[in-house]
Amino acid sequence: MPDADYRLYLMASAAIFTIGFYSMLTQAHLLRRIMAFNVMGCGVFLLFITLAARAPGPVPDPVPHAMVLTGIVVSVCATGLALALAGRVQTVTGKTELEPGEDAGGRSGAAHHGSSA
Amino acid sequence: MTFAWAIVLLVLLPLAAAALSFAFPRRGGWLAAGAAVGIGVGTAQLIRAVLADGAQIHQVGGWGAPLGIDLRADGLAVWMLLVAGINGAAVALYSSRYFGMERSEEGRHRERYFWPLFLFLWTALNALFLSADIFNLYVTLEMLGFAAVMLAALAGGRDALAAAMRYLLVSLSASLFYLLGVALVYGQCGTVDLRLLAAQAPAQPAPWVALALMTGGLATKTALLPMHFWLPPAHASAPAPVSALLSALVVKGSFYILLRLWFEAFQVRMTPAVAQALGALGAAAILWGSISALRQARLKLLIAHSTVAQIGYLFLLFPRAASPKAGFLGWSGGLILLGAHACAKTAMFLTAGNILHAVGHDRIKDLEGVTRGLPVSMFAFGLSALSLVGLPPSGGFAGKWLLLSAGVAQGQWWWIAMVLFGSLLAAAYVVRVLTHAFTSGSKPAILNPIPPVMEWTALVLAIVAAGFGLAAFWPAELLRAGAPQAMPFLAGGAAP
Amino acid sequence: MGALSWAALSLPAKPPGLAKASLDRLGESGVAHPVTAVLLNYRGYDTLLEVGVLLLALAGAWSLGRGEQPAENPQSRPLLLSLLRVLLPMLLLAAGHLLWIGAFAPGGAFQGGALLGGALVLLILGGLARRALKRERCLRAGLALGVLVFAGIAAVTMALTGGLLQYPPGAGGALILVIETAAMVSIGLALGLLYLGGQPPEGARRSLLATPPDHA
Repeated sequence: MPDADYRLYLMASAAIFTIGFYSMLTQAHLLRRIMAFNVMGCGVFLLFITLAARAPGPVPDPVPHAMVLTGIVVSVCATGLALALAGRVQTVTGKTELEPGEDAGGRSGAAHHGSSA
Repeated sequence: MTFAWAIVLLVLLPLAAAALSFAFPRRGGWLAAGAAVGIGVGTAQLIRAVLADGAQIHQVGGWGAPLGIDLRADGLAVWMLLVAGINGAAVALYSSRYFGMERSEEGRHRERYFWPLFLFLWTALNALFLSADIFNLYVTLEMLGFAAVMLAALAGGRDALAAAMRYLLVSLSASLFYLLGVALVYGQCGTVDLRLLAAQAPAQPAPWVALALMTGGLATKTALLPMHFWLPPAHASAPAPVSALLSALVVKGSFYILLRLWFEAFQVRMTPAVAQALGALGAAAILWGSISALRQARLKLLIAHSTVAQIGYLFLLFPRAASPKAGFLGWSGGLILLGAHACAKTAMFLTAGNILHAVGHDRIKDLEGVTRGLPVSMFAFGLSALSLVGLPPSGGFAGKWLLLSAGVAQGQWWWIAMVLFGSLLAAAYVVRVLTHAFTSGSKPAILNPIPPVMEWTALVLAIVAAGFGLAAFWPAELLRAGAPQAMPFLAGGAAP
Repeated sequence: MGALSWAALSLPAKPPGLAKASLDRLGESGVAHPVTAVLLNYRGYDTLLEVGVLLLALAGAWSLGRGEQPAENPQSRPLLLSLLRVLLPMLLLAAGHLLWIGAFAPGGAFQGGALLGGALVLLILGGLARRALKRERCLRAGLALGVLVFAGIAAVTMALTGGLLQYPPGAGGALILVIETAAMVSIGLALGLLYLGGQPPEGARRSLLATPPDHA
């Protein structure tokens, strides 16, 4: 593959990461933010496999491939965990968003903490 | 060979204990006790080996970097292992009674999940401190983050869950910034080994951007101002032993990687401007954290905000240690402060847990007379406050003194003013708690008795924090042992 | 994004990666596929921790309380069941195949585990996993298996060769297969059970997120 094509992939990975991060910052719905995290992850993985494909020699560099596999498993775990937590947040608070700028549990005060701690 | 077996004790043993405590939920406490003993033995062996022979390297699988992963124990790594070990063991002891106090279904549920999550957290910390490979560090960082978030969520309730959710999203995004940096580094240098990177010192733009990405991600995980917003709610709404772990140890994991990146792998990039910028953020964190700690109505929130301020002190290490002149003073001062803060903060959160359980709330203004009900706990709080403020002979004093000496030697007076002003603010917020607690007002009803173990654990840690300024030479000697060649200031500064 | 693209574009066109090194030493690794060699041998320690992360994620999800049994749609159930009858054996076979060929072709424990996880999700959706989900002890043991076998082999290799995950000469292939088999079972279970978003629900009460569990 000519090098220009790799440059396309490199730029795409930067773009995908940035788009994901932008959504992470601007979206409020927890499901969208979890998806944004996955989009960011795709950008990173695309960069890794582009690097692998550019490696000189007959076959791609297996080390970034293994790193991507590790990264994918970690991000699947993260997604599963985040979804479970988001579901729980929704059950308890009735909302699918976090309240903006809320600083700590000051408002519910001691009664709740007395029971939980 | 010592190192090889220490790895088994420090990483494989707690990992296996974590898996077993998940498989056999009723045995969690015993498994944690076993792991704690093993970790203690492993840490002691490793300290002896490092003091005797310098840095220890183990090539996992026998491959060696760059193809394989290298593990490495030097003075810095074993110091961190020791700090984590002391605090981890204390939290384990405390938790053996803490979760049992609540005789409800919820309490039992929490206890069953606390142990595996706690053991995973400890595994992740040990693996993180021993790793010399920036991709492997990513895996340990994720393990640490997941365990920390789920422990923070363990309290249940809306505050804890919302705080944990925010913490998880912040932590995951920050990890991806770090991983993106790792990818760029690999693309440029063809290795992810810290020592090989230090030897390469490439000058292309990619490592610059990579370093910026990794620093941003790690500083967020360390809750350096202005990325600190997630910390106070998460730390304050967690169960007391969890708050202690989060404040004392978890934020230090990502801080440790920052040190490895800036002072080892990419130390050529540690220009004065970078050092001053990181130091300035630290100074801002001291101010912001202390002032908001002063304004808190609840004890746990006050302690959590104080963590933001104390993290600021850790970042003062960058401008101090980056200079070849008196750099080692700043380096050891910052790291002694780290250990002192960990012990003092654990003691404080454990005390806060005792108060919360005993009187049913932690509103500072209603703590009048609590000292008569919980004398041991409040004594522990006072001692750890001593270290937090930095009065002699505490570890906090020793750390700040070394940082100040480095500042004096480097002729940078404004940093000195900062350290002193921060100490005044810290004195103000702890005195506020102590005046309320020691006022003999109407005696608050002690609703629930506190098991003595929980009070004495906090006290022992507080004594460690308040006393180890007397032995500050020892950590300084340890930190010098086997320090990487890449840290040039080590030759420059005189021993403290 | 500008800085990112700039940094990415400035990377050397012929990156100084480890492609050659990993191929040169493939013969010593005990497997013939370079990615499997990296995952289970050169960087096997990463994978050990990663199997731990998977168990941790599941333990974390379970710590939130009980998950939900997905509602059944009586209309689509016959369709789902007949689909399962065809798909399930194929999924199991493919998982085993992927595990086996991982040694010399793309595949391995994670790919096989993903298929097992998918099969488990289908079983849950079809309402066929109820009895299995109640056997919590077995589930917990199966989930912990991967970490325990992997960590155990790491400790044994340490005793035999003095190196962590340094397989004795000639035994690499066999040990990797043992690790991968145990890991595949745990990965499949963990991925499938994460779908529930919590501990498996109790039979009678369907959606119990608010009530913490009582047996373990």
